[in-house]
Amino acid sequence: MSAAFSSVRAIRRPGSFAGEKHSPPVASSKFASDFLGCAGRLPFGALSVSIRPRSARRRGLSSVVAVSDVVKEKKLKRSSSSSDLLITKEEGLELYEDMVLGRTFEDMCAQMYYRGKMFGFVHLYNGQEAVSTGFIKLLKQEDCVVSTYRDHVHALSKGVPARAVMSELFGKTTGCCRGQGGSMHMFSKEHNLLGGFAFIGEGIPIATGAAFTSKYRREVLKESDCDHVTVAFFGDGTCNNGQFYECLNMAALWKLPIVFVVENNLWAIGMSHLRATSDPQIWKKGPAFGMPGVHVDGMDVLKVREVAKEAIGRARRGEGPTLVECETYRFRGHSLADPDELRDPAEKARYAARDPIVALKKYILENNLASEAELKAIEKKIDEIMEDSVDFADASPLPPRSQLLENVFADPKGFGIGPDGRYRCEDPKFTEGTAHV
Amino acid sequence: MFGVVRQKVSAGGSPLTILGQTLPFLRAVASPLRSYSSAAKEMTVRDALNSALDEEMSADPRVFLMGEEVGEYQGAYKISKGLLDKYGPDRVLDTPITEAGFTGIGVGAAYHGLKPVVEFMTFNFSMQAIDHIINSAAKSNYMSAGQLSVPIVFRGPNGAAAGVGAQHSQCYAAWYASCPGLKVLAPYSSEDARGLLKAAIRDPDPVVFLENELLYGESFPVSAEVLDSSFCLPIGKAKIEKEGKDVTITAFSKMVGLALQAADILAKEGINAEVINLRSIRPLDRATINASVRKTNRLVTVEEGFPQHGIGAEICTSVVEESFGYLDAPVERIAGADVPMPYAANLERTAVPQVEDIVRAAKRACYRSMPMAAAA
Repeated sequence: MSAAFSSVRAIRRPGSFAGEKHSPPVASSKFASDFLGCAGRLPFGALSVSIRPRSARRRGLSSVVAVSDVVKEKKLKRSSSSSDLLITKEEGLELYEDMVLGRTFEDMCAQMYYRGKMFGFVHLYNGQEAVSTGFIKLLKQEDCVVSTYRDHVHALSKGVPARAVMSELFGKTTGCCRGQGGSMHMFSKEHNLLGGFAFIGEGIPIATGAAFTSKYRREVLKESDCDHVTVAFFGDGTCNNGQFYECLNMAALWKLPIVFVVENNLWAIGMSHLRATSDPQIWKKGPAFGMPGVHVDGMDVLKVREVAKEAIGRARRGEGPTLVECETYRFRGHSLADPDELRDPAEKARYAARDPIVALKKYILENNLASEAELKAIEKKIDEIMEDSVDFADASPLPPRSQLLENVFADPKGFGIGPDGRYRCEDPKFTEGTAHV
Repeated sequence: MFGVVRQKVSAGGSPLTILGQTLPFLRAVASPLRSYSSAAKEMTVRDALNSALDEEMSADPRVFLMGEEVGEYQGAYKISKGLLDKYGPDRVLDTPITEAGFTGIGVGAAYHGLKPVVEFMTFNFSMQAIDHIINSAAKSNYMSAGQLSVPIVFRGPNGAAAGVGAQHSQCYAAWYASCPGLKVLAPYSSEDARGLLKAAIRDPDPVVFLENELLYGESFPVSAEVLDSSFCLPIGKAKIEKEGKDVTITAFSKMVGLALQAADILAKEGINAEVINLRSIRPLDRATINASVRKTNRLVTVEEGFPQHGIGAEICTSVVEESFGYLDAPVERIAGADVPMPYAANLERTAVPQVEDIVRAAKRACYRSMPMAAAA
């Protein structure tokens, strides 16, 4: 085992923020074993491994990750059992509440699915809450989030009410998309959640377009205060898709205010990331396109939050995109229809021990940010919200039949029909330049 | 003067036909009159598209153009000539060769209130981006229950050009027109090109705008109304290019020109054909088509694309559903050959409908033709 992992460790060294969280040997091998999960060894024949001395500094290489020294220092500080706290009490409670909301909601979804109230494809986010909370809680309402089919918790973190999401899942007309979208297509214009896409990789160009709009508004439409950032969430499997690379290229080329967040949970349904990817370290793909690539422990919301602050700050200042790889894990199967037989129970147990909610709770209590009672109060509040959202969704009506044909077009008749129902071009005044278009 | 005007008239169809057929005795007089009337100017389709883009971009700062070679190269087919100089690289974007990526970026920008015009060098390349056209653009208004409308235009040349081979010659009208949530337009003349492109850019829904490369250089007369900067044509309404009473011929894009030529030939044989320029493939103007069939009782549909599941099939079904009792003959469907487009020039000619095919079909519909076997 040691022989296999030592060479793996060497791969991680170069320009590595991968090892950033702990001091060398213990951490790297711990990290390596976690990263490899249980899926067995890397196919070493496929990688050209050159073992480099541990002390080699890689800063000169262009492939080195370029993340600010501020983050590095903070991480090093924390790793040596820091005494400065990363969050205030309010922030801590906010993060805790958001993660508990996400977890409880997803558990409730599973219950409702097995009771037949929810149907179709439902993909749950249990275990990955730190990524959603860590990033989205730093965003403003005007910032955009683009997600995949595993989007319930992104919607909740962005501010879509739990009632609206639950009704949408039940297919009721009071849902955030009036029951027309479903689990995989959560949209909210008010909260700037741009979906909810079933095709992997589909959301990445959309997010890049939203970031493009932000830049366009600032530079062409001269709205000088427009500094909206877009955060795109997607998985490890998506990182092998052409659209991902196309957008990394264009985002870096045009310096768009976007953060690409990879939720690397090591599995794409039943396909292990290591079996599908020639170089499994996704963060490395950022520098290849001229943007920083960062790897962070996605099971720790505080670490995610630190990296997120830096990346979102970069984007807001107009310095361009960042690629953030969050190593995380989903506790449940790919969807509720997935029997989840291919994953090793030992791997699952290892990650379950790193449950982000438990970790945050421990941090809060150990650092006396809040008492046990306050945390219990939050949990109770979330339970009540859940009950209410299920009751609301149950009581809501199904969409009426007339809703079937609605909303296909924003303007069903097409431009050219005037308000009086006649064709505009038949109006004799049409071409006097006074036509109201 | 008349002779000069005649020379400039495109091979694709006689613009005098409209006046000409109904008032033949005025034809000789028409041209000098026209120079005093408002219908004197001629404009190529290319200029029509360019002027439409120019006007829409100047009227609304949210409109921007993106595509391969639209900027410094002045457009792969010079449609966007001069726009980069006028509007700058922020609004006329040269993209890398990443259809899926930049189409998705356009859709994402449209979600947020900008009005992108995405140019595909040909619609064949749109297949690399078709996921975004259908799944992110067409379906979004529905999936979000009206929250996110997508005011985007996808435009580019469609259909066969000359000798460009199988992968550059497919017609995508039927593919896009079958998808709810998209509007699909196919202009023929300069007037169509201007009016429909302006309508498409102002429309709050995704529009697929199918141009034709061989029509870009053709000139058509345009009236002053057409040149007005607020000129728009309605989406969803067909145009009757030539009125008739014996047989209805429907066509779109380049085939309209062939249909008009066929109508001329048929007129000499005593068959008065009505030619409908569909203009809008989705929504299809079923009302106009059915009204025409109820008048003439015979129908010939013409299209350049593959026959199976094509536009002609949809029109035929629409007529059968709504005007079956009025049909005096089976519907004749002219389409491209059911093969990928061959390269050899003579084979290409046989793979695309020609004027003779339309004339033969119209005669068959009027029961005036030779038996089918002899017509091969």
